[in-house]
Amino acid sequence: MKQKEGVIKPKTKRAKRFLDNRAPKLRENVKNAMIMKGGNTSMTVTQALKDIYALKKPSAVLYKKKNITRPFEDSTSLEFFSKKTDSSLFLFGSHNKKRPNNLIFGRLFDFHVLDMIELGIEKYNSLSQIKNSKCPEGTKPMLVFAGEAFDHDDDHKRLKSLLTDFFRGPVVPSVRLAGLEHVLHFTALEGKIYMRSYRSLLKKSGCRTPRIELEEIGPSFDFVLRRTHLASDDLYKTAHRQPKALKPKKKKNISHDTFGTKFGRLHMQKQDLAKLQTRKMKGLRKRRGPAAAAEGETSSKTAKVEVE
Amino acid sequence: MAACSIEDVLAKAEQDEAEKLKSITVQKELDLEFDIGNLVAYDKNRIDIRQFREQKKDDFLRSLARDNTQLLINEIWKHPTERVEEVIVVKLPEPTTALPREKPPPKPRPPTKWEEFAKLKGIQKKKKTNLVWDDVAKEWKRRWGYKRVNDGTKEWLIEVPETADPNEDQFAKRNKAKKEKVAKNELHRLRNIARAQKIKVPGVGLTPTAQQSTTDLIRAVNVAKVSTASAGKFQDRLPKEKAPRNTGKKRKFQPVIGNFSNEKQRQLDLLKVMDSKKPRLDVNKAVNKQMREDDREESAAKFRKGGKKGRKGGNFSGKGKGGSGKGKGGGSKGRAGGKGQGPPGGKKGAGKR
Repeated sequence: MKQKEGVIKPKTKRAKRFLDNRAPKLRENVKNAMIMKGGNTSMTVTQALKDIYALKKPSAVLYKKKNITRPFEDSTSLEFFSKKTDSSLFLFGSHNKKRPNNLIFGRLFDFHVLDMIELGIEKYNSLSQIKNSKCPEGTKPMLVFAGEAFDHDDDHKRLKSLLTDFFRGPVVPSVRLAGLEHVLHFTALEGKIYMRSYRSLLKKSGCRTPRIELEEIGPSFDFVLRRTHLASDDLYKTAHRQPKALKPKKKKNISHDTFGTKFGRLHMQKQDLAKLQTRKMKGLRKRRGPAAAAEGETSSKTAKVEVE
Repeated sequence: MAACSIEDVLAKAEQDEAEKLKSITVQKELDLEFDIGNLVAYDKNRIDIRQFREQKKDDFLRSLARDNTQLLINEIWKHPTERVEEVIVVKLPEPTTALPREKPPPKPRPPTKWEEFAKLKGIQKKKKTNLVWDDVAKEWKRRWGYKRVNDGTKEWLIEVPETADPNEDQFAKRNKAKKEKVAKNELHRLRNIARAQKIKVPGVGLTPTAQQSTTDLIRAVNVAKVSTASAGKFQDRLPKEKAPRNTGKKRKFQPVIGNFSNEKQRQLDLLKVMDSKKPRLDVNKAVNKQMREDDREESAAKFRKGGKKGRKGGNFSGKGKGGSGKGKGGGSKGRAGGKGQGPPGGKKGAGKR
């Protein structure tokens, strides 16, 4: 909301809704991605950008013009664009002799660059080259990361987090079972990263869970990891800070044991067991007069029982 | 015999089960890790490089993907499902992987001055209904807004109080009071916003953030000059500084009821002017003005016709010297025809008028 002359006051309800949509929130919107070209691009890179835009539609913007910037040196132009389109992910494609067929995946926090990872395309098959029926636009994909490198190497770990952020789509509470069609599979092997995109067919198996058959559709990439610009630890931690309101409220005094039985705890004041009020037994009440002595014995007996 | 057959039946049932499950079971050394909220699976098993090289890469990757996807689907199917409008839907848990946010979490709005005071005094907010019964109109009317119940501004009769000056305009007073109240409310609202955002309420040039043009800077300087205790009367100007333009009232009207003699004088002057034989129009000036305008229009027309290339001077005086004052009612807009002799024939013009 802070513009040239301080706070801008929206003059219409529509403007107010627009600004509220872009304001920081407890539960955030889907992250938008901006896909742009650098000073010089090859056919491979432009086609690759178009394919990834098709995967990421509708929460992506594809810029047609070339932008003569170098993200690793100067990120001001990227930050300006992200402010204008309210995007926190970007994909920058370029091509030069030193780094042929280059893609830079990146994300921003509070409109400043957080992470940037440069991947080079070694082999590429586009959507149009693989002739199959494709998944509808906007399906939430399933992501699979295979390979030890995604667990051991720091760069690969960040890359895993970045790719999850990029491709996961909106966070939904429930998903249609028949709509689980799209699968993106990333394999890290020998310093290279293979990305394949499949359409999953749910076949009948004997039991409730279906059997999966895969059919390759979308773009397939063979990436090689080049430069990285990762955020410092404290900036990374600040970016992960969640507001307290999102933490689930713990219910106190309830516990579960290993069998799943639910236990509750009641807190009571200290009780004098001698003066405890139990069931009234009229016949056992103390009677005044001569019968009292005879009753005395019985009452003491009953007293014992009550205390138990 | 019966015992054999029972055993056989049980064994056969087990075999059938195993076969059914075979189609969906996958053997892996290490179990995969799942984040079902994001529909992600992490496979940490070692990949056999030799096998990868022997087979065609794509086939190897495809079989690996099929296995991993099968395990992910098995995991998803374990979650509870429900039926929503003829569609079976699985309820996903919250995502477990920590991903960075887009923007920092929102800061809670600081309480306004009234809210602080209310908290201090322990004043609770009382919920009021939107509609109030109006006995006069016998219907439900709003408490505030359009056609509200106690609309003080609609009163057509105001009693002049004892203490007030009988010549004072009570209606004007009421309007002014309303305007002041509205302005005060707006000011307080903006002040609350400014306090919440910790920036000054934007005045003219008080918050210099972006690129400011010369006009903005000049305006800021002028406002700063006037913002002294004596309203800038004793502020000196720099040697070459120019006086501020466009200050003061834009138009001035005479009061409706006031100085009677003044009004009488002005009316008489007006009548005198209307009666006089001398023309109010300076014919010479009008004619020259008209000629200039014609020239300008001609050149503009030629420019438009010729386009950007055919720009030739633009000083075409195809027109004859402007005609005599045929000014229609003293207007310089009136076209002077363009015929006839130049010299200001004052006498000629008079007749027309």
